[in-house]
Amino acid sequence: MAILVDKNTRLLVQGITGKHGSFHTGQAMEYGTQVVGGVVPGKGGQTSDHGVPIFNTVREAVAATGANATSIYVPPPFAADAILEAIDAEIPVIITITEGIPVKDMLAVQRALEDSNSRLVGPNCPGVITPGECKIGIMPGHIHKAGKIGVLSRSGTLTYEAVGQLTALGIGQSTCVGIGGDPIIGTKFLDVIKLFADDDDTLGFIMIGEIGGSAEEEGAAYIAEHVSKPVVGFIAGQTAPPGRRMGHAGAIVSGGQGTAQGKMDAMSAAGIAVVKSPSDMGITMKNLLAERGLLEAALA
Amino acid sequence: MKVHEYQGKEILRKFGVATLDGRVAFSVDEAVEGAKELGGDLWVVKAQIHAGGRGKGGGVKLARSLDEVREHSDAILGMQLKTHQTGPDGQEVKRLYIEQGCNIARELYVGMLLDRAVGRLVIMASTEGGMDIEKVAEETPELIHKVWIDPAIGFADYQARQLCFALGLTEKKQLRQAGKFLRGLYEAYVAYDCSLAEINPLVVTNEGDVLALDAKLNFDSNALYRHKDVVEMRDLDEEDPSEVEAGKYGLSFIKLDGTIGCLVNGAGLAMATMDTIKLFGGEPANFLDVGGGATAEKVAAAFGIITSDPAVKAIFVNIFGGIMKCDVIAEGVITAVRETGLEVPLVVRLEGTNVEKGKAMLAESGLNIIAADTMADGAKAAVAAAEA
Repeated sequence: MAILVDKNTRLLVQGITGKHGSFHTGQAMEYGTQVVGGVVPGKGGQTSDHGVPIFNTVREAVAATGANATSIYVPPPFAADAILEAIDAEIPVIITITEGIPVKDMLAVQRALEDSNSRLVGPNCPGVITPGECKIGIMPGHIHKAGKIGVLSRSGTLTYEAVGQLTALGIGQSTCVGIGGDPIIGTKFLDVIKLFADDDDTLGFIMIGEIGGSAEEEGAAYIAEHVSKPVVGFIAGQTAPPGRRMGHAGAIVSGGQGTAQGKMDAMSAAGIAVVKSPSDMGITMKNLLAERGLLEAALA
Repeated sequence: MKVHEYQGKEILRKFGVATLDGRVAFSVDEAVEGAKELGGDLWVVKAQIHAGGRGKGGGVKLARSLDEVREHSDAILGMQLKTHQTGPDGQEVKRLYIEQGCNIARELYVGMLLDRAVGRLVIMASTEGGMDIEKVAEETPELIHKVWIDPAIGFADYQARQLCFALGLTEKKQLRQAGKFLRGLYEAYVAYDCSLAEINPLVVTNEGDVLALDAKLNFDSNALYRHKDVVEMRDLDEEDPSEVEAGKYGLSFIKLDGTIGCLVNGAGLAMATMDTIKLFGGEPANFLDVGGGATAEKVAAAFGIITSDPAVKAIFVNIFGGIMKCDVIAEGVITAVRETGLEVPLVVRLEGTNVEKGKAMLAESGLNIIAADTMADGAKAAVAAAEA
């Protein structure tokens, strides 16, 4: 098992002929992901450089391939429309890598998601990987190791940092989810926390937040009530000046809301092992697993 | 992206939002000329900078004669205006806005932004105009009235009425005027991809008219490609020169006050790097995310921007290579150091794709580079080097 994606995932790539879409499709296939089709309006009937059939519409692609997930690499001005098309085609898992989608476009997407059965991950995220089974997105596959610890983060490279530390300690990962750094995202901290909490193959997880918004606090409140698995937390942006957008559009402290300290306090109060140094994420998880008698299972 | 008050009002007027008439001025003579054009016997001379709190800082003055317009314009133009949003050095005033005066009966507040928790736009109104709204939200949240916009429906008339009644705008003429005002504000926000629209204060005059006395519009940077007129309003004088330079190379850069320059890939890792430096007793000189697809040229440009800050006493390069390969970063660092020279210690931590190749390139370069294996070790080394 794992969450969101696994060896049975049949993936579409929207924007498969673009520079990023093409490159990452190659990487995903090399990793073993089943890429069953691409969607590029006007290029239907052609075949991608990777030998993947291309369709004009998502509906056609789903009908022909039985796809149950899609990844979106479409440029920002057209990306929200690509997500809406995937929702219309009732694809269960939609992972959007594109960075820079206007908020106004995402307001419409958010509304469409509420009336659908689709789950959107992203936008502006590294993607989702279940090590050894399926890689969707732009993360480097080789740093991962199949195993039992989940990783969930708003940031890309900081996710790799956590994964790298775990792998170096011999601890594999069940699924790693980058939820993205934008103000409007489809899947939030809380959603992934619930999935990890219910996943029998996830023994514990690392959650990596950052300044801005209140998603970490919501996640922490749920963990306090419902999650007994070991959780390690880190919040990036402890030293960020208020009112400045720190790279991610969503990473901004405004009106005293969304501070790192507030989030760290909420997480600590929920029983999460909060680390001040991001270099301690892996080792803290290892110690926590050892305390709970779970280390042997996590190293297996 | 931010614009000046007078530019925000220009946009709002297009959507029927009522404002007073005004003239922008870049010199004292232009200010007086503008006041003459406006006519009347009461004017307000307003400093145009992007920070809020201008009135308290002495950047907004009432003038009862053209001589007073000249006097105040002369005093405000060129001053270093200090407000709670400018930082200790203040911001030089290079533009003025000369506006007609009015007789204020009531000061109200209206703001519009994204409510991230629900993924909907929210319009907020309060009777506590002219105050710091964040303080109102904290101390008397019941005085802030909110309506959320369903994008499938838009801003409904009943919602506008709810806000008007909450503001005590019950008289028929005011109800009509305020309704038109709120609708115009909403339409401007949506049409222009705003990220914030704030009217503080929104005033009711003695004559019963509803007007925007101040206007603050911010725009979604991701949507600027469809608003060329807004891009033309950009005032580079209001931005940090090194941040403008970084923007040209697609680098995300924010100048800070510390001594350790940071060059990192990824926004989250860049923030975490700053945090780690602080944890070990140092202060970061900047936030810098070179992005996921950085080239050797981009890295070299980033290096140039960091080293141009005289406060920088050490540099910490922290890269977790995913798609971005460590050997590409190493090449960029080596090129930059050879071109610009290096007068401060350089700590490099590489991890991820092609890490061995990257490390070998740095070792063979003969450059004086302190290598670190982890983010913590690198931060410690950079802090020690900056203090040495």
